[in-house]
Amino acid sequence: MSRVHTADLLDRYFLKDRLPTIWCPGCGLGNADLAFLRGFDETGIDQDKTVLINGIGCSGRTAAYLDFDVLKGTHGRAIAFATGIKLFRPELTVVVMAGDGDMLAIGGNHFIHAARRNMDIKIILFNNWIYGMTGGQVSPTTPEGAKASTAPQGFTEHSFDACKLAEAAGATYVARATSYHTQLLSKVVKNALLHKGFALVEVIAQCPQQYGRWNKAGTPYDMLIWQKEHAVRVEQAGNLSPEELKDKFIIGEIVNRNNGDHS
Amino acid sequence: MTRKILQGNEACVEAAIAAGVRFFAGYPITPATEIAEGMAKKMPEVGGVFIQMEDEIGSIGACIGASVAGAKAMTASSGPGISLMLENLGFAVISETPVVIVNVMRGGPSTGLPTFPAQMDIMQAKWGSHGEYPIVAYAPSSVRETYDLTVKAINTAEMLRTPVFLLTDAMVGHMREAIDLPDPSELKLINRPHPEPGMKDFAPHRGSEDGKVIPPMARLGDGYRFHVDSNVHDEYGFPATERHDIADHLIRRLNNKVKAHVDELTVVEEYRLDDAEIAIFAFGSTTRSALEAVERARQRSIKVGLLNAQTLWPFPEKYVDKYTRQIRAWIVPEMNLGQMFREVKLVVEGRVPVYPINRVDGLMIEPQQILDCIEAEFIRKN
Repeated sequence: MSRVHTADLLDRYFLKDRLPTIWCPGCGLGNADLAFLRGFDETGIDQDKTVLINGIGCSGRTAAYLDFDVLKGTHGRAIAFATGIKLFRPELTVVVMAGDGDMLAIGGNHFIHAARRNMDIKIILFNNWIYGMTGGQVSPTTPEGAKASTAPQGFTEHSFDACKLAEAAGATYVARATSYHTQLLSKVVKNALLHKGFALVEVIAQCPQQYGRWNKAGTPYDMLIWQKEHAVRVEQAGNLSPEELKDKFIIGEIVNRNNGDHS
Repeated sequence: MTRKILQGNEACVEAAIAAGVRFFAGYPITPATEIAEGMAKKMPEVGGVFIQMEDEIGSIGACIGASVAGAKAMTASSGPGISLMLENLGFAVISETPVVIVNVMRGGPSTGLPTFPAQMDIMQAKWGSHGEYPIVAYAPSSVRETYDLTVKAINTAEMLRTPVFLLTDAMVGHMREAIDLPDPSELKLINRPHPEPGMKDFAPHRGSEDGKVIPPMARLGDGYRFHVDSNVHDEYGFPATERHDIADHLIRRLNNKVKAHVDELTVVEEYRLDDAEIAIFAFGSTTRSALEAVERARQRSIKVGLLNAQTLWPFPEKYVDKYTRQIRAWIVPEMNLGQMFREVKLVVEGRVPVYPINRVDGLMIEPQQILDCIEAEFIRKN
């Protein structure tokens, strides 16, 4: 399939009069949003029969500029809203687009139970390892030792691996990509949207303004290169020793199984 | 018409289904569980959806989602669960999403008295969620009233596009009475205002600031491509958090929706008030003791009447004011420490004495307690 021009994606899916976005220069969310739309575009799913549910925070604006039916409710509850929508209107494609704080901290209970039910909803989890909009506090995915405004000496807790959590809870499609690996991201978004059952796509997206500054991660460019250099394709991960995988993260399709959805 | 013997909680299920509720999400909790159980059994029979969620936050969240997707939606709980729902109650208000929340009240605070009745959540219903918002709350005193007010609550939620409480209690919820169930086709049902098909310039929040015009509500997935937002938003649903004029208009309009429809929302029973010199303001199961007290007082030639407030919010000011001009004292029995007592006093404005009778031990207020108060007032004045 020939690659759709970005300008065409903007025409098709963006509410241009809502732009510009609120995101800081160098933020990974714009790239990730565009890659999501590219993946959506390739599915052929009816735009009018698709509902985007946003969380709260920076990634809670990933649907705000888009020409879909959009529901942005309270913090952490996106999956609860999505569950009601999908159960009552199974013919709709229901996509939750939210951040690591929204999905894994305040909304963690809904996340694991929707995965357990194998609810036929799609989660695009934008993981920037921090609460960006409120000014850089730790989240459940902040790496141990990393700094944040609520962990100025370094985070002393363990962090969640969202993909492992979803897999253990019963998700039937789990994938990870980054705001650097946008082609992979579009591909797994497409597969997730076409999957029947609970699908998680975790997107590692850089936050240069908050996470980056606290942790001296350099420019947005440096952070993207970090993603490139620390990502290991799932196909290659099996060949690497635990030592070689240390400080690395896996990208690609991690789980793809059929287990009878609830919708 | 079918005659049945039903619990209050069962009557609530029957009424909800008859009134068109097709989505129920809930979580087990005493003394409300029978509503979820009834819905679990009956929803599949009518093509509706039942789901037991992971908590009450998820329950009301799923109801709101289903409602925006087109369903008449309901959830039910008791104090601890209602406390968890209050954040999303505010979301239902600001997003103008109809949803009915049944609170089968128990004593509190906290898990309190799980199996006994109380009337302690009247102010929670009104003020529990943050921000400036309107609420409508109905309180039945019998199985029959539970049925009728469940229908009324669903109609109100749909008519005003707002969340509505049904405040019952462990007494009304678990009590069994004979009830003549009306034929569902005889019920007068109200559906939310829909946009005209193919409507151009659809604005899901364009209503009049005086609250009289309720904006149309589209379903998700019907091609309108509308946005629903928990922030202060413009008439299209887009966030407008730096527009103070829009914020002012929205918050006033949301509150005025209830104010503008007070007469339609107010349900009271005026019992033997025509010639009353003393009036009892009662609601919910306490009404039953009040009725008995009226009868006993009348046998003693004391002219007592009862205002059974089936609508608690908006507070039935008009009726309290009307009888304040006629009577010489109000008595307000309630299973709390004086929540409605204060509301009555606000309207009475010192014109006549208002006597509270309060119980918070999980037991009913007995007719004799009310009768003692009536007699004391009678003796004081004669």
